[in-house]
Order: sequence, then structure tokens, then C-alpha cells
Amino acid sequence: MATIDTEKVKVMNPADSKIPEGPIAEKWTNYKAHQKLVNPANKRRLTVIVVGTGLAGASAASTLAEMGFNVLNFCIQDSPRRAHSIAAQGGINAAKNYQNDGDSVYRLFYDTVKGGDYRAREANVYRLAEVSNNIIDQCVAQGVPFAREYGGLLANRSFGGAQVSRTFYAKGQTGQQLLLGAYSSLNRQINLGKVKSFNRYEMHDVVMVDGRARGIIAKNLVTGKFERFSAHAVVIATGGYGNAYFLSTNAMGCNCSAAMACYRKGAYFANPSYVQIHPTCIPVHGDQQSKLTLMSESLRNDGRIWVPKDIEDAKKLQRGEIKGSDIPEERRDYYLERRYPAFGNLVPRDVASRAAKERCDKGFGVNNTGLAVFLDFSEAINRLGIDVVRQRYGNLFDMYEEITDVNPGEKGNEINGTVYYNPMMIFPAIHYTMGGIWVDYELQTSLKGLFAIGECNFSDHGANRLGASALMQGLADGYFVLPYTIQNYLSDQITVPCPGTDTPEFDEAEKKCVEAQNALLKIQGKRSVDSIHKELGHIMWEYVGMGRTKEGLTIALDKLKALRKEFETNLYVPGSAEGMNNELDKAFRLKDFITMGELVAYDALNRNESCGGHFREEYQTEEGEAKRDDENYFYVACWDYQGSDEKAPELIKEPLHYEAIKVQTRNYKS
Amino acid sequence: MANMTVNLKVWRQAGPKEKGEFRTYTVETDTDTSFLETLDILNEQLVNNHEEPIAFDHDCREGICGMCSLYINGHPHGPATGATTCQLYMRRFKDGETITVEPWRSAAFPVIKDLMVNRNAFDQIQQAGGYVSFNCGGAQDANCLPISKVNADMAMDSATCIGCGACVAACKNGSAMLFVSAKVSQFALLPQGQVERKRRARAMVKKMDELGFGNCTNTGACEAECPKCIKISNIARLNREFIKAKCSD
Repeated sequence: MATIDTEKVKVMNPADSKIPEGPIAEKWTNYKAHQKLVNPANKRRLTVIVVGTGLAGASAASTLAEMGFNVLNFCIQDSPRRAHSIAAQGGINAAKNYQNDGDSVYRLFYDTVKGGDYRAREANVYRLAEVSNNIIDQCVAQGVPFAREYGGLLANRSFGGAQVSRTFYAKGQTGQQLLLGAYSSLNRQINLGKVKSFNRYEMHDVVMVDGRARGIIAKNLVTGKFERFSAHAVVIATGGYGNAYFLSTNAMGCNCSAAMACYRKGAYFANPSYVQIHPTCIPVHGDQQSKLTLMSESLRNDGRIWVPKDIEDAKKLQRGEIKGSDIPEERRDYYLERRYPAFGNLVPRDVASRAAKERCDKGFGVNNTGLAVFLDFSEAINRLGIDVVRQRYGNLFDMYEEITDVNPGEKGNEINGTVYYNPMMIFPAIHYTMGGIWVDYELQTSLKGLFAIGECNFSDHGANRLGASALMQGLADGYFVLPYTIQNYLSDQITVPCPGTDTPEFDEAEKKCVEAQNALLKIQGKRSVDSIHKELGHIMWEYVGMGRTKEGLTIALDKLKALRKEFETNLYVPGSAEGMNNELDKAFRLKDFITMGELVAYDALNRNESCGGHFREEYQTEEGEAKRDDENYFYVACWDYQGSDEKAPELIKEPLHYEAIKVQTRNYKS
Repeated sequence: MANMTVNLKVWRQAGPKEKGEFRTYTVETDTDTSFLETLDILNEQLVNNHEEPIAFDHDCREGICGMCSLYINGHPHGPATGATTCQLYMRRFKDGETITVEPWRSAAFPVIKDLMVNRNAFDQIQQAGGYVSFNCGGAQDANCLPISKVNADMAMDSATCIGCGACVAACKNGSAMLFVSAKVSQFALLPQGQVERKRRARAMVKKMDELGFGNCTNTGACEAECPKCIKISNIARLNREFIKAKCSD
């Protein structure tokens, strides 16, 4: 069995994370005051590769170009506007305190660190909270049509893990509007010739020259050819690894191959076990399902989550004999309001997901599979009227109806004078990955000249991300952090000419890509990519999902090893290396998902505690809450590749140091 | 949920210059499965029979990325109104039905392979002027610029366009007016867009004409088929914007 050799565990030098001196509130200001800059004439001589066009990638590419750098920007879709940031529904946090409800930079910082179960790097989170306000200003200036009040000022709503209303939104399409804002800035720079845009290109490798990232090998997905690109620095903004679970709320094309290529070249991968399972998704309905659909967290502003109090009612629901609206108020268990009175339905996502699992494990699930709970709007509709509720959530109700054939705003039953409406059925699903490529304060990975931003790095969300914070982090990294910090690196590259692509390093990297491709085509086994991917998803969800145990994780590692063997010997990829071959591209991604799955399992097995999105069933309180072990696990787990996917990675610890916040047990009860 | 069998009559075309043809496949699916998942089932069958799977664009499968296309039974994004192909479920079809599936057909959107087309022309139109020329870092506080809720909401409705190209596919002239007008309208309705208002309308229309899109003859097919219900009144606004800009030349 694959185990981690604890003898070999190294501890990172605190200097490696490059956290600036000074009190927490002054670190970023101090950094900017003392960092090295690149003058305008030299910026024109430097080229940066940005892989990805989501919120982080598009905002970084456009901002670097605005500053004067030359940018090469890549995406796998047919247009930069398709990146999966576009699907974010609910909103973006900022510490504006426009609602006069006591918000501040410190409070957003504190909520984010607490929401992350005290496993994030304090200095990074403070900077995130600090620049959050600039993001809103920036987006409004771009013409992002945020929701407004009748007086013309910006509107806000609440999200999980906060007691203030700090979330800015554009209907249920905030990610779309923010991404189109970044895309518009990107288009302006493409038009000006500062950004060269490569659509339908997929990064396959990062090319290292003399110990620095100097380029990438990318596959043109239309011609099937590998192409070489060189630059002074490489930025990856390629998102998370949720699709390792097959079913997730990620888009079909989301993958972790670029991140895995960096990892295999020596970039540390941090905290892979921190995977976010979102509580409000439409439950799985059948074997042919390709993805899961999220219902925005904003629904928890007015929706109340419940299951029946009485197990007999639950059984009737499971058999389809009664509907949710047949059960009156007194027989409903609003378990989040019961367990967490202070935050109620707006507890953080990890807490809400586990609470749903707990009820369903006890047999209180409300659909035919027993794996669903209700999200109910009866109280809100009776209080506000259906028109107001539809104005707030109408597009989500319609989306729900299209998929399930049930309209959540429709009148169900009247019992003792109270009208009950059809509730939604929801269940947790893989949504976001807090873990990612390790970066220092400058967002530079452990490889010189290679930077990681957005979801694909690990730095800001600790063990759990709060709602409406992904958009904030992606844009913070891309608009306001990386364009500064990357200059500290580039300032001593101004005399270095951009390397050519006809060097032995590029030859070698491309040769490896071609060999890997030929190997996949040569297997000629019996199983399709999707059939193996589904099997991977089952293993991950069963053993590395919401509730993990030492025993289960050990089984998972064995099964994943066997699955890799199956992939290597029994995969069937049709077609050839010439031209477009989607199955071949999917096979590449699947290979990396298997390695990623193992990485998640290794990390989960190593972390003998429960925190945020990582819940080890052995480590819980009597009330079933996550039990952290700050004495032994107050660190970032960085995994170092050992030259082969077969070998277990080695662990390097980055100890966490908290100066501003007192580490304590999370409490959402009072 | 009920099981069902459908015949998919699918356009197959090996490459941009190759000759295409329809081929019919029989697939077993069910009412709760989506249309694209039914294509997944078909592709799995094809792969298992060592045949080439059907190439089609898709990504988010939540109706927002704009990547999926498909002209199904004569309608872009199929028979459902206000929904993309990825949001289409098989309960919309009858058991035993033959469903015709084609790519977007427009001179400006050449076929890449099978059902997949090149919509790069849309990006080029946006690059010509679909933005506020503004560098990151120089913005004032967001609430220094009050915007009437009515205008903000109208701008939001226009900005909802997902750039899928259904309007072009639906139009007998292959016109991109609904797409262009949605972006021009968003900025025309907001104070941030005023400075470049005329330049934007001129530049985007010029680029649209260059790229081989047809003219608008007010048939309204684009509005009827738009998965995001973008209104044709945007086109009226674009015409006004364009005429005003040209008059001041």
C-alpha cells in the first residue's frame, strides 16, 4: 500500500512564503512601497504567457497588457468569454459597508479566515479583503450592470458565513457579468495588439530553461498539432480539479491538466484534500447524468432547509406517496435553524453540506434515492408575495423547473390555513477546490517564473471557501495583485531576451507530449474515456468525498492504483493524432484526474483532523462538528512530485503563523 | 421518468472543406436525460463500435457559457423557448421521434467538424469596440456614480447575451444585429458608455459588415429563438445609435 514516509517530511523555511514585514494591515502597502518595478520602456520588451481566460486569467492578461507588457493568452474554449467563471451565480463580496451594517476590511478578513477554518495564510487573506473594494470600483467603471436600489446606488445581499450584507450581484448571473467585464478589457487589449489570443488551445507542459519557466507547449485542439510558445514568465489561471469526481458543478471541459503539468515539473501542490461540496445542488437523477447543476447560495437568504421530523413521513416521501407540501410546519425539522441558531440557513457551505448528509444518513432523505433535502420558499412567499420572490430568484426557479419538471414557486397544499408551496430538492455536490498549486505571497509557485492565480492556487480560502469569495479572489489576483508582484520577478529579466522556441528544452518538452499522445493511441483497449472517468468519480465520491476515514482512504488509494492500470492497459481512444480528436483530449485530462485523485487521497489520509471541506469521521465532536487538531496540523501541506505518477509524493510543511487572529473553534451557533 | 427511443439524424462533416451528409442513429434514453446527455450516450455507443464520435461544442451545461449550439428540428437550441441546447430535456420529444440535428448554418460561422462551428467573428466584433476604454486602477468609488435602477436593469437585460450565435443561425439573412445591438445597448444605457458611444456603434457595425454577416430585415426570428430572450428593441436602439453616430461624422 502507498503510504507517506513520515521520516522524509520537510518543513519549509518561513522566508519561502515571502510574507512582508509589519502589522497585518500594513503588509501589502509595505510590499508595494518596496517592491521592484519595471519601467514603461522595459515593459514593452517583456512577454508574459497567461493560460486561462476566467476571471483570474482574463483580468491578469488585460491588466498586464494595459501596463505595457506583451501577453499571450490561451483558452481551451472557442472564445475567452466561455471560461467557467461565467457560471457563478450569486455574487462577489467586498468590504464596502454600503449597507452601514458594521462591515470593514478587518471583518471580511476575519470572516474569510474563520470560514476557512483557520487554515488559510493570514497575510494573503488580509490583502484579499483590502483590495476587494477596488474590484467593485473597477467593475462598475467597466460598465458591469450590478443590481441597484431605486436611489441609484448599489444593492447588496447576504451570503453564508457572514452577518453583514456585503455581496454585490447582477441577478443570478454575477459571474457572467464580471467575466464579460474582464473579457471586454481583454478585447480592448487584443484590438490594441498587446494581447494575442489563442482559442481552442490546451496547455500540455511548462518549459523550464535554466531553472525558470520560459514557455509552454500547447496543443491546437483544431489541428491536433503541438505548438511552442516562449515568454519571460508563465501564469497559470486554469481553475480547479473538481471534475476528478466526474459529477460536479464544473463545466465539462474544466480540468487540472495544466496544474498537473506544473506539479510534475516540481511545483508544489498544496492542500489538495480541501474540496468544497456545495450544499444546494440539484440531486443526481440517473446513470447518464453528465454534470450537476448548482442552485445559488443566495437562495438561502429566503429559502429554509428542512427534512421531516418523523421518519415515517420521510419513508412516504421516498416511496413517492406524499409531497413536501403535504407536511405541515410542526412536522418539519429545520435542522440548520435548530443546530445553528445564530447563522441558521446561512451557515458556511461545509457545515450545511455535512448537516444534510447527517440527516440523509439517518434515513430522513426526501426523494426516491434518499439523498436529498428540501429547500422551501413557503415562508418567504407568504411573507413577501410570489412576485417579490420571483423577482429575486425567478431565473433559478425556471432553471430548476427545466431540469426537474417541478416549479418551486407553485402552490402545493393548504393545511390549517397555511399555504405550502412546492419545495426544491437539493443535495450537496462537488463545486470548488480550495487546494491548488502552492504559491508564495507574490503568487509565484515553487518554480521560478511560474505564477498561479485564481482557483488553481491554494492561498486564500483555507479549508473552506465562503460564498461570493471565488469571484473576489479571481479578480483580486488578476487585477490588483499579480500585475504588481510579477514585476518584482520581471525587474531582473529586462536584459534577458525572450528565449527562442528552437532550443533543446522545447524539443525535449514537445517530444514528451508527442510520446504521451502516441502511448494513449496505442493502448487500443476496450473502455471509453468516460466509462473510466465515471469509475474514478465513484471511487472519489465514495471514499474521498464528504465523510472520509483512514480505512476508506486506504481503499481509495488501492482502487486508484488499479484504475490507473486499467487506464494504461484497457483504454480505447478512437481516431488518430491528426486533426481534432476530442476523445484523445479527454484521455489526456483523465490521466491527470487519476493522479489528482490520488493526491487528494494522500493529503486526506495525512491530515488526521477535520477542518472545513475535509471531514475525517474519526475526528468529530459528540455533536458531529468538525474537530481540528491545531497542535499537529496547523500547516499547509505541500506535496512534492517524485518523478513518477506511481510514486507517493513527499510532504513539505509550511507552518502557519497567525498574528492578527486568535485561532479558535468555529462557532456558528451563537 | 420514462424510457424512450429516438432517431437522431445528425449532420456529419469531417472538416471545413469536406462534403457533409446526414446520418441517422438510434439511441435509447429517457425523459429526464438532457439532449446533450443523449448525444453523450450516442457518442459512447459510437466509441464502443470503434466509430468516430460526433463533434459538438458544449461546456457549462447550465445555459450560461454560450458554447453549445445545434440547430434541432429547425430551431436553434431546439424547441424550448428561452433555453439553450444544454438545458433541453428529452421530455420535450416523443418516443420514437426522428430528431434532425444540424450545425449553425451561416457564412460567417464556418463548420469546423460535424456540429461544431467557428464563431470567432463574434469575438472580432467585440474587439472592435465592445468595451469602455479604461485602465485598471483608476476607478472612483463605485457609489459616486448613481445609475437609475430602470436603466441599470435594462442594461442588465441586454448584457445577458451569451454570444452563442443562435440569432445569426435563426436569421434568413445571417445577420448579427441582435448580438451587436445587445452590447451597444448595454453601454448606451449606462453613463460609463457615453464617452465612446458614437465610436463604438460605428466600429462594431463596420466590423460586423466586414465579416460577412447579412443585413437585418426585421423578421424577428432572432428574438423568437434567442435562448436569453434578448429583445429586438435592442436592434432599434442600435439603428438609432448608428444613425446618430453617422450624422455627426
